[in-house]
Amino acid sequence: MRTIRFLLQKEFRQIFRNRAILAMVIVMPVIQLLILPMAANYEVKNINIAIIDNDHSSYSQKLISKITSSGYFKLTGYNFSFKEAFRLIETDDADLILEIPRGFERNLVRENGQKIFIAVNAINGTKANLGGVYLTGIIKDFNGEVRLQLVPPAKFDRTLSIDIASSNWFNPFLDYHVFMVPGILAILVTMVGGFLAALNIVKEKEVGTIEQINVTPIKKHHFILGKLIPFWVLGNVVFTLGLIVAWLIYRIIPVGNIFLLYSFVSVYLLAVLGFGLLISTFCETQQQAMFIMFFFMMVFILMGGLFTSIDSMPDWAKAVSQFNPVSYLIEVMRMIILKGSGFKDILRQLGIIALFAVVFNGWAIFNYKKTS
Amino acid sequence: MMEAVVVKDLSKVYDKDKTAVDAVSFSVEQGEIFGLIGPDGAGKTSIFRMLTTLLLPDGGSATVDGFDVVKDYKQIRSRVGYMPGKFSLYQDLTVEENLNFFAVIFNTTVQENYHLIKDIYMQLEPFKTRRAGKLSGGMKQKLALCCALIHKPSVLFLDEPTTGVDPVSRKEFWEMLKKLKAQNISIVVSTPYMDEANLCDHIALIQSGKILSVDSPANIVRSYPEDLYAIKAENMRSLLKALHQYNEVLDSYAFGEYAHVAFKDKHPDLSKIRTYLEQQGVNGTDLKKTEVTIEDSFIKLLKN
Repeated sequence: MRTIRFLLQKEFRQIFRNRAILAMVIVMPVIQLLILPMAANYEVKNINIAIIDNDHSSYSQKLISKITSSGYFKLTGYNFSFKEAFRLIETDDADLILEIPRGFERNLVRENGQKIFIAVNAINGTKANLGGVYLTGIIKDFNGEVRLQLVPPAKFDRTLSIDIASSNWFNPFLDYHVFMVPGILAILVTMVGGFLAALNIVKEKEVGTIEQINVTPIKKHHFILGKLIPFWVLGNVVFTLGLIVAWLIYRIIPVGNIFLLYSFVSVYLLAVLGFGLLISTFCETQQQAMFIMFFFMMVFILMGGLFTSIDSMPDWAKAVSQFNPVSYLIEVMRMIILKGSGFKDILRQLGIIALFAVVFNGWAIFNYKKTS
Repeated sequence: MMEAVVVKDLSKVYDKDKTAVDAVSFSVEQGEIFGLIGPDGAGKTSIFRMLTTLLLPDGGSATVDGFDVVKDYKQIRSRVGYMPGKFSLYQDLTVEENLNFFAVIFNTTVQENYHLIKDIYMQLEPFKTRRAGKLSGGMKQKLALCCALIHKPSVLFLDEPTTGVDPVSRKEFWEMLKKLKAQNISIVVSTPYMDEANLCDHIALIQSGKILSVDSPANIVRSYPEDLYAIKAENMRSLLKALHQYNEVLDSYAFGEYAHVAFKDKHPDLSKIRTYLEQQGVNGTDLKKTEVTIEDSFIKLLKN
């Protein structure tokens, strides 16, 4: 115990004397949580639309004003020919073209139907997809309004239709901040913990202090624990800071039990730190450790379900995600913070993460050799 | 008396074909200063790392304090002190913190063995709150020695402790080693400086992983077979060239401001040599008999 206590004392002293680490632990997460959720917004606004109105009727005017007043679209072209409008797509000034044919109003009233033409620039897939969907929705809405005006309500019952009304649970206003903040916090905790742990032992190798440590009778697991615990504490500090930022700036208060949240993060940190330590036992220089850690972090983050949903990945990618600790944390964070999930709901994830922790740390202790 | 270190046919091969240590054998008596003398890359550090259980040997065996370096590495780790060639204490911890830290991981306290390091630590005392990284080179060496001594090791391994240290500090450092020797601590020290060899009780001259000779410095010097002469001239280069061409000369090489020469004849005719040199156009010669040094022995051994 005395050895561990002294090891911890030493590690904390070194951490507090290293300003860069302190800045990394305290300032960086706060800044990232302030900036990233604002920028990483899936909501597509400001879709540029070019409209060719061949009808110039009151209905076509109504449709256009409905589209522009929806808030999603910006009218960047009001053209007389498709050719002209297409030039706008080519110069990237328009994402969508809507062509209203001649006789739009007349045919709608007389023949109960009319076709309109939408052309979408699909280079930016997300924008194209969502823009198309939004526009179709608006037109459908417009259609409903027109029908209400033209068809007497008494006759309404004759046509069958399914009306869909949806309500969004756990995030009623589809606020992307609510969705992004727990995920980004999960990544911050992973990055701080993983990188600090990976670089620390390697630093001792690089500076040469490990030589001196290795000739001492110090036990391997003491040494590893002495490295693990300080970063575990730092990881929890980062997490707490993140929760405070989420609460102050985004008004996100965990719905579920906060102790459950901390318990999960505690186990998770053990797994991530173990992973960092494992990498550091394989590397000789901080540069190597940095690049290897970076490689894994990229994979973990991009396949962790923060930016793209794991459910929509191909089967092999889903299988890979099973081995991605970050995906479990992001999942559980969202479950507890947004949904208020209880202990039983996260039991599976907790078990898997605990297994990761045991494997990574065990492997790290095994792989750390005092003799070469 | 039991030997502190016994090395038998110890070998280390890196990357399958780079032999760093080639069947080295020597033994260190208890309470003596043993010097491994050799140029950079001779294999000194590899031998140290094998003896301190940091590196597994590829052949041969070695015992430290009676314990095998492979089998009984745990016992060895708690009874040797090792000071690597590169300063390897925590630069961001203070002098005091470093010392305390190493005391604790050896399961001891600074107070317990303070008598061992007292003389050295007293010089560090004024700087005890200074970070180790901010100390001067000589001070760093003293601190490293303190940390290596704090658990009262029975064998102390010092890998090039005086490399890069100023001459005054070097002298002080050797004074300290003598005091430690008086405490019955066996010391194995490596150095590339030949002048330090005379301060050891026994030395092993080592080159390219092979030991050329193991003996006391006096014996090594005594076993030098020829008489050695020192010659000085105005023009060193022409002097060396002339000596080289002279068939009476057995060996000649530059040695500081002199050239050291050994002759084939046991009692060479010095006046004949002077005349020869003058004929060769080497002016202002100063020829005299000189003492053999360790360096001369080393050069001789290297040429054989």
